[in-house]
Amino acid sequence: MHRLQWEEAQQKDVILYPEGMVELNQSSAEILKLCDGTRNLDQIVVDLEEKFATTGLKNDITSFLEVALKNGWIQQD
Amino acid sequence: MAGSNKTNITPPRWLLAELTYKCPLQCPYCSNPLDYAKHSDEISTEDWKRVLSEARKMGAVQLGFSGGEPLTRQDLAELVKHARELGYYSNLITSGYGLTEEKIIQLKEAGLDHIQVSIQASTQDLNDHLAGTESFEHKQEVARLVKKHGYPMVLCVVIHRENIHQMPEILAMAEELGADYLELANTQYYGWAHANRDLLLPTQEQFEQAEEIAQAFKKKVAGKMKIYYVVPDFYEDRPKACMNGWGTTFLTIAPDGVALPCHSARELPGLDCPNVNDYSISEIWHDSKAFNFFRGNEWMQEPCKSCDEKDKDFGGCRCQAYILTGDMYKTDPVCSKSPDRKVIQDAIDSARKSALSADEQPLIFRNSKNSKAY
Repeated sequence: MHRLQWEEAQQKDVILYPEGMVELNQSSAEILKLCDGTRNLDQIVVDLEEKFATTGLKNDITSFLEVALKNGWIQQD
Repeated sequence: MAGSNKTNITPPRWLLAELTYKCPLQCPYCSNPLDYAKHSDEISTEDWKRVLSEARKMGAVQLGFSGGEPLTRQDLAELVKHARELGYYSNLITSGYGLTEEKIIQLKEAGLDHIQVSIQASTQDLNDHLAGTESFEHKQEVARLVKKHGYPMVLCVVIHRENIHQMPEILAMAEELGADYLELANTQYYGWAHANRDLLLPTQEQFEQAEEIAQAFKKKVAGKMKIYYVVPDFYEDRPKACMNGWGTTFLTIAPDGVALPCHSARELPGLDCPNVNDYSISEIWHDSKAFNFFRGNEWMQEPCKSCDEKDKDFGGCRCQAYILTGDMYKTDPVCSKSPDRKVIQDAIDSARKSALSADEQPLIFRNSKNSKAY
C-alpha cells in the first residue's frame, strides 16, 4: 500500500501512498530500507550503528519505528 | 502578468490527468466546467505519454487519472503502464462505471497503484438519483473487486444536503466494504456545484452534526481506515490554502491538452492557459503567463497584502474569489477579514431558504444537453 522510492528531482527518498507523500530525511530512509521483513529491531540497530560507526541509536530507531508503524509505513507480524 | 517570482519556482509534484470529459454519470456537483461540451477535443495517446514523461522528469510523482470517466479512454492501460515505467504513483479516480474484474486485473498488471471509487450515497435510490444512472450495486461490487485484487481501496463520497443525513450509513458502508481510505469530500462550490448550490449547501446545523459523527468515527477506526475529511469552507472563517499555493505543486492537464494551475482555472478570465500541443511542460510550468499569474504574493490586495497569514493560505482560492465577487484578485470571501464575507452568508441564507421552501427548483444534472446551455 505504501511505496518507498528515491526521487531524483528532490534528491530524497519519499513514501508514496494514496493521496499523499512523505519526504524522508536520510536517517529515516536508512531505517526504513532495513525494514525488509528479514531483520528484527536489534539487527536493524546493529546494522545502522555499524554503518555509521556510532552507538546509542536504539532509542531513536525505536521511536521512529513506532511512528512508521502508526502511519502504516511498516507492518508488524 | 500579475505576479512572478521566477527565482523561487518549485517543481510540480502532483499531476492530474483529466483524460476525458465524457462520463456516463451526471452528478450535479461535478467539478468539470459547465461548458465542458464546448471542449470535446481529446489529445492523443502519444501526447499523453509525452506529458507524463516531461512532468515526471521535472519531479511530478503523484498522478491521478481522472475525467470525466477515465475508463472511457481505450488507451488507459497503456498510459498506466507508461506511468509505472516512469516511476509515478498512479491513481485511477473513477465512478466504477464500466469497470470489470478483467479490467481491474489488466490495470494491476499495467502497474496501477490504487483505485478511488466514488459512491454517491448509502442507498440505491439516492445514489442512482444523484448519479443520474443505475450504478449503486455495480459500484459496491467494484469496491469489493478492488480489495480482492490487492489495491488499497479508496472510497470517495461527496457530501452535500441531499446525502448529509446519511453520514452514519455512509460510514457503515465504508466499513463494510473494507475501505482503507475514506474521502468525505464536502462539496466545493465550483462548476456544476455552484450552479446547484441552493440545493446542495447544507445548513450549519446539518454540517456540524455530520462532522461530529465523522470525527467520532475517525477515532474509532484509527489505524484501520484513514479518513480524509474535506472541510466545507463556507462554514470556516479562514480560506483553504488552495492548491498549496498557485503554481507550486499541482499541474492539471485538461482533456484537450490545456494546462491548468488548478482544475477550475479555466473559468478565470485572461489567463491564456497554454496547451501541451504548443509548449513543453517545462515551458508551461516556468514561463507561461497562466502559471505565473498568482505565484508568490505580489498580486495581492488588502487585506491579504498586509496579513500575517498570507504565506499560510495564499489569500485562499482565486476561482472562489472570482465566482463570488467577480474579481479574481480579491481575498477569498470565505475569510472573515474579507470585506466581501457577506456573499458567503448570503449563499448560506439562500440555501437555507431553498431547503425550507415547498417548491424547490430541480437539480441541474451534468450532461451534454445542459452543458450546451452555458
